[in-house]
Parts: sequence; C-alpha cells; structure tokens
Amino acid sequence: MVESDVMIRAESLSKRYGEAEALRDASFAIKRGEIVGFLGPNGAGKTTTMKILTCFIAPTSGKASVAGCDVQLDPVGARKNIGYLPEHNPLYTEMLVTEYLEYAAAMRGIRGNDAKRRIRAVVEETDLGPKFGAEIRELSKGYRQRVGLAQALLHEPPILILDEPLSGLDPNQARGVRELIRELGRERTVILSTHHLPEVETTCDRVLIISGGKIVADSTPQELKRSQGRETLALCLKKLDGFDGDAFVRAVGDAEEIRSVRPVASEEPAELHFEIIPSERGDARERLFHEVVARGGVVLGLERRGGGLEDIFRSLTGGKERS
Amino acid sequence: MPLVVTIASRQFRSFFNGPTAYIVLALVLFSLGFLFWETFFLYDRASLREMFNLLRAILVVATPALTMGLIAEEKRTGTIELLLTMPVTDRQVLLGKYLGVLAFFMVLIALTFPYAITVATLGPLDWGPVFSGYLGLFLQGAAMLAIGLMASTISDNQIVAFFVGLMLIAAFAMIGMLLPLLPVPIASIAEYVSFTYHFDGLSRGVIDLRAILYYLSIALIAGLIALRSLESRSWS
Ligand SMILES: Nc1ncnc2c1ncn2[C@@H]1O[C@H](COP(=O)(O)OP(=O)(O)OP(=O)(O)O)[C@@H](O)[C@H]1O
Ligand SMILES: [Mg+2]
Repeated sequence: MVESDVMIRAESLSKRYGEAEALRDASFAIKRGEIVGFLGPNGAGKTTTMKILTCFIAPTSGKASVAGCDVQLDPVGARKNIGYLPEHNPLYTEMLVTEYLEYAAAMRGIRGNDAKRRIRAVVEETDLGPKFGAEIRELSKGYRQRVGLAQALLHEPPILILDEPLSGLDPNQARGVRELIRELGRERTVILSTHHLPEVETTCDRVLIISGGKIVADSTPQELKRSQGRETLALCLKKLDGFDGDAFVRAVGDAEEIRSVRPVASEEPAELHFEIIPSERGDARERLFHEVVARGGVVLGLERRGGGLEDIFRSLTGGKERS
Repeated sequence: MPLVVTIASRQFRSFFNGPTAYIVLALVLFSLGFLFWETFFLYDRASLREMFNLLRAILVVATPALTMGLIAEEKRTGTIELLLTMPVTDRQVLLGKYLGVLAFFMVLIALTFPYAITVATLGPLDWGPVFSGYLGLFLQGAAMLAIGLMASTISDNQIVAFFVGLMLIAAFAMIGMLLPLLPVPIASIAEYVSFTYHFDGLSRGVIDLRAILYYLSIALIAGLIALRSLESRSWS
C-alpha cells in the first residue's frame, strides 16, 4: 500500500467516557477511492470513531490522521478535507435551504461566484431543486438528509464521513441516497455507518465491523462471507409413519459431504425439519435427496440459509447489544 | 478572520428568529420612554446619569438572556457538531459568537442616542461624562456578555445558562451594595471587583485606565474559561 494512497489512518484509537470505554485500540487504514461500511450493534463505537476522525472529540489515546493531517495536531487541516454528515443530521432549522448552504459555503471559505456555482452544483447532485427556497424546518426527513449531504459536498472534499446517512428514509428515498453515495464514491473516499446490512453488500467495497469498541472484522464483503460464512441447509420432509427420522440423522451424519445434521423444532405438525451444515467435499444437497428417497421419504423443501452478512454480523458481534 | 465574521453575522441574524432579542429591545425602549417623561417633568438639569443607571440595571437581566443560547442552543440541537467540524478553531467559534452578540448590544446602545440628543436639547448637556459614560456602558456590557457566553458553554440548557449567567453578573453588579456590611479589608477588595466602583468614575467623566483594564480583564478571563469549557467537550 503506497503511503500517499492512505486517506484515513487510525492507530490504536481508544476513547473513554468516564468509566465507559467506547473505543478500544481500534486500528485501520482506508485508501483513496474506497467506500467503507462501518457496521456494528448500537453503542459499538461507530459514531465515536467518526467524531474522532472529524476532530470533534479527541481520542483518549492513539493517533489518527486524515488526508495526512493528524487530527490532534492539525484539526483544521483535516477538517478541510472532510465532508461530514453527523448522526441525526443536525441543521439550523430556522434557515432557508439557500441561506443555510450559503452559510456553509462561507464557513468553507467559498464566496461570491464560486459559492453560487458550488451551491448550484450540490443542489443538482442531491436533487434539492424543488426545495431550494423552503425553510429547513418544513422539509421531510429525506429532504433534510439531502440538505445535510449537500452541505457535506460543498467544498468537494476528497473524504466523506456519513453517520447513518440512510436512517429513517423510506425505501424510495433510501434508494436515491444510496445511488448518490455510490456515485460520490467513484472519486472519493467514503466512510458510512449503517445498521442496514444489504446496504453494505450493495454499496461498499469494504466492511469494518466493530463491536464493544473493538474492530472485529476488516475486509471486503465477499471475503468476509468466504472466511466467516457458515452456510447451512434447511431441509423439510413430510412426516410419514414409515420414515424414521433418527435413523436418517445417523445415516446422513456419517456421509462425507455432510459435517453435521440436527433436527429442529417444526411449527407444522405434519413436517420434519433439519438443519444441515455441509462439509467442503461434494454436494450435500444431492446426498440428502438420495438418502431421503432411499428411505421412502418425501422432500418438501431444501434451501440454503445464512452465510449472508447478517449471520456473520451476528456471530462476530455475539448478538451483543450495549446501551 | 472572515470565518469569525461569518459566525458573528449568522449569530446576529439568528437573534431575530426568537423572541428574546425583541423582548430586550422592547424593554430598553419602554424604559427610555418612561424615563423621558420623568426627566421632562421632574428634572431641570440635563444629565444622562439616570439613563445609564437604568440601562445598567436592565443589562443585568438582558445580557444573560442574550447570551444564554449562544452555545447552549447549538449543543441542544446538535448543530455544535457541524460548527466545530468546520475548518475553524474553537477560539474562532467563540470569538464569532461573542462578536455577534456584541454587535447586537451595540445596536441596543445606539437606540439610546436619540434620547441623549433629546435631553441635550432640553438644557445644557455636559458631553464629557456622556461620552465616558457610553464608554463605560460599552465596557461593562462587553464584560457582562463575556460572562454570559461562559455560562452558555457549561450547559446544553438555555435556562440553566441564563441563571448561571444572571447569578454571576448580578454578583459583580450588586456586590457594591454589600460593602457597608463587609469587614474593612474585604470591603476594599469587594469594592475593587464591583462594576459600580469602576463605572462611577467613568460616568463622572474620568476615563481611568484601570477601569478599562478591569472590564477587559473580566471579559478576557470569562472568555478563557469559556474556551476551556468548550474544548473539554464535556457534554458530548
Ligand atoms: N457523551 C457520552 N458520554 C458517555 N458515554 C457515551 C457518550 N457518547 C457515547 N457514549 C458511549 O460510548 C459507546 C459508543 O457509542 P457510539 O455512539 O459511538 O455508538 P454507535 O456505534 O454509534 O451506536 P449507534 O449504532 O447506536 O449509533 C456507547 O456505549 C455509548 O453509550
Ligand atoms: Mg452512532
């Protein structure tokens, strides 16, 4: 990795709030042009990390640099390179959209005709046109989110840090914003946090999973699935008098294509359910089918389960929730 | 520097979105009107002492009301996070906020000029004490606003900020009244820290460098405490 390609670097970041440790020894590096999804249960430390990167709060220990600027030694330099959408998207609601963008542009040192040009550009990018002259307090959540994004884009920052950019948006709005982020991510480095897992698979090049303040995974969604994914098969059989479920489990369990099999409780009284973990050899599905038929059983359903990010997320974060 | 001006001008304009500024303006104008009639009928010697004293009393309540929202409101709504992640230092943010409220305060003072001019037409007005009185009013207001700004950084609740500011400002404004009750060595210290002591000299027409330094040091100390408090991010 060429050093100049690293846009964001965190080294052993820790943050304590009094007694509570919000972030423990987190290290990662993000390269130019990457879209990184920040995943983790509530209270994992995602927002805390973003606040440190935007130089809003200082880490208790550790170092971070953004676009080559140390967040503690040169916060203003770091911030110049960042467009930030904070969690809950705070805005001066009494202002008009235009006024707010003019103010934000001035705060970014963009004035006069440059400001007009940039405001026009971001309004177009975020589709804010129809609400340009509206008071922010009158806007729906989706439009407010766009105002927040427009503000973050004004100065054409090489880095975007977006804390839950899609929360609270309806599916249509969310799709629009997601496409916008994809678009933006072509030339920029983007970090976004989300609770929406499919989001990460479709939008991000890379995922960082954080749990209890620790980074527990850092790779591409595909790689993560390959290394962590535990695909299971869900088999559903018809309950027949002549079919011995226990004997079936014993026989199948010995097969080389299958690592383990266990019966699971069924809500349907007329059905038998099994969960099968395949081994790496052969095709477990074929073997299962033959075994069932050979014993005079009837297959009602056989489907692949899990192995998706959701399961990986659950296993890596231990289903833990912190307040 | 332009960023400080941007922050100041947004703050200045935002005063006109809420009721506080209008209440303060109305209060000042109403008192002046009242004072005008009183002066007109009761006094035959033209002087602005009455006006200055009344304004200073009003400012004890008005300045913390003007400053209470400066930082506290941004904390409550979360916009502080936007403001402090712009390419500005905490010092620039505080300076901008302070200049914004100071500008509003100067508008307030300017509203009393017509009164002063009217009084001048009623009788011979000694302009020396008028100028030094206005200087004193400005300096004292600047100190009060800095104390109010400091109070606004300690909470995300405007009401808390208001009462903390009011208590501190009132302490400086009223400690002079307690002097007769205090033992002598303490009384002389108390006298020196009171607003009244320094203002009295100025309102008599004596421009004393010590008085100017006194007000400026209060503003500076309050500003430094405010900076510390903001930098600690203790609310976040
Ligand atoms: N100002 C604060 N004071 C004390 N504790 C805090 C503060 N802010 C955050 N925390 C704690 O730090 C931990 C991490 O919080 P953080 O907001 O970073 O989580 P998150 O991953 O963004 O969660 P969410 O998904 O709910 O937004 C939590 O346990 C939280 O309670
Ligand atoms: Mg969060």
